[in-house]
Amino acid sequence: MRTLAPLGRRRVSVTGTDDVGAYRILHAADPAGPVPQPGQFYMLAAVEGWGAGIDERPHLPRAFSFLRADDGRLSFMLEDVGPGTRRLAALGDGDQLWLTGPLGGGFRAPHDERRALLVGGGVGVPPLSAWARALAQGGLPVTAVLGFRDAHHAAGAALMPDGDVTVATDDGSVGHHGLVTELLAAALGADDHVVVYACGPPGMLEAVRALCAARPVPAQLALEAGMACGFGACYGCVVPLSDGGYVRLCIDGPVLDADRLDAVPMHA
Amino acid sequence: MIEFCGLRLAHPIVNGSGTFDAIAARRAFGEALLEAFPFSAFVSKTITLAPRAGNPPPRLWEAPAGMINSIGLPNRGLDGYLAHDLPQLAQLPVPLVTNVMGSTADEVKRLVEAVDARPEIAAIELNVSCPNVSTGLDIGADPVSLGALVRAVRPLTAKPLIVKLTPNTADVGAAAAAAEAEGADAVSLINTLRAMALRPGCGTPWLGGRTGGMSGPAIRSVALAQVCAVALRVAIPVIGMGGVTHGTHANDLISVGAVLVAVGTENFRDPCAGTRIARELKSLQIAGSSATTVDVSEPQPEVELNCGTS
Repeated sequence: MRTLAPLGRRRVSVTGTDDVGAYRILHAADPAGPVPQPGQFYMLAAVEGWGAGIDERPHLPRAFSFLRADDGRLSFMLEDVGPGTRRLAALGDGDQLWLTGPLGGGFRAPHDERRALLVGGGVGVPPLSAWARALAQGGLPVTAVLGFRDAHHAAGAALMPDGDVTVATDDGSVGHHGLVTELLAAALGADDHVVVYACGPPGMLEAVRALCAARPVPAQLALEAGMACGFGACYGCVVPLSDGGYVRLCIDGPVLDADRLDAVPMHA
Repeated sequence: MIEFCGLRLAHPIVNGSGTFDAIAARRAFGEALLEAFPFSAFVSKTITLAPRAGNPPPRLWEAPAGMINSIGLPNRGLDGYLAHDLPQLAQLPVPLVTNVMGSTADEVKRLVEAVDARPEIAAIELNVSCPNVSTGLDIGADPVSLGALVRAVRPLTAKPLIVKLTPNTADVGAAAAAAEAEGADAVSLINTLRAMALRPGCGTPWLGGRTGGMSGPAIRSVALAQVCAVALRVAIPVIGMGGVTHGTHANDLISVGAVLVAVGTENFRDPCAGTRIARELKSLQIAGSSATTVDVSEPQPEVELNCGTS
């Protein structure tokens, strides 16, 4: 599922921010932009102060799956983990963003009357939230299991639309004390006539891939990799495929069928 | 219009090889890409005889005011390029320059012959940032090896032959002069500067290829010096590049003797950087900033000294 991006980057205004636990939600007006497909992403850079941080970074734009897209307004979820996210997290109402997108291809609907089982971790919530919303609008049932470090991060579960959402935390401060993949294994044990949709850190995605491969259950993974451009120019965001060679996540992903991978790369 | 080696180009801004994939960009942006193509000519990524998957990831490192890449020239190989890529690149509304690289003179000859036979291709660019198998030096870093390579392929094509020089050499002017002496129609520079990044906290190389090439604004001043040195040394046209993010930077390269200017890393940040920089350059030239252009044919001794000294 792919909506074409308007040619080039466009300058948009930040219309507000929200704090949800450990995460900053950035809202931007994108009246000229088309309606994106869940799982697609945008390249973001602040118009001012991009390159003026520690070590003269950031220089390159940063890729973010959208969290919501409604009536010409886009929302993104950030966690301040480096010079790019730090600068973006400092933006406020009226500040200007460079935005390119929507880019890449998003999730594909469940087939064979399978139900959708969404598995997320940390900053992997946005594409799953957008996908859950789209599935629910289509009248399809959605079950989600989400993993977070602690209660402060687990507040991000509130970004999912209302529905069947179960949370795990590493420290046990909220929900299941343990890994989200334990919740996934239990869910698959109860009913594996599902398509798994997953987004999160590479260790989690690899565990999801291995669980789904063992059953087998079809899985679509929204992957992340360092990328310079987002539209196939830099060849930086590659992952190795089972049948040899590499695929660029920006143009052939970021959503890939799990059975195309021998393993989710850990550096990503 | 700009005249370059017999080609008529709408403006002086092209892309650096390997910094814009027109086929992928068309998948992302659709037919609008063809209606407002950012460059006045399109330079392909490097094509090799055999297909290459490229280097293992990680391939990118963001550096101060730029980046280091270790992509490893992934491409479909000559046959795949001609069968798959060329029909799509031929649909672009601008002349096509095909960039080729071989690890031996015979490989380069086969590439040049095959590219020469295709009327869709307007010009050939030789990537000479490839190690000489006997000396281990990059062919382009050694004027003798470079001259021999150009001499071997020059008779094989009447198309404009551009030599993409490497900046990782002691005397880029000598390399440019060797290319010119053996019949190159133009030279382009600078390619990326060899660079390295370490995995944070580990002290081991971050990039899958161990070292990579530095690009972006961080190398702009180096590029200006090297383009200046080369333009003073050769009479053939020079395509200048390195860290160009604005029309003023293109204007600077033209001021020291470049005829065309290529945009590279800035394409990653702004897919229409070529269009924007061409527009910025034009308004600067209309405003008369180009009056400061260095007269390359009669360089002032001071300028020659400054530009020729590394």
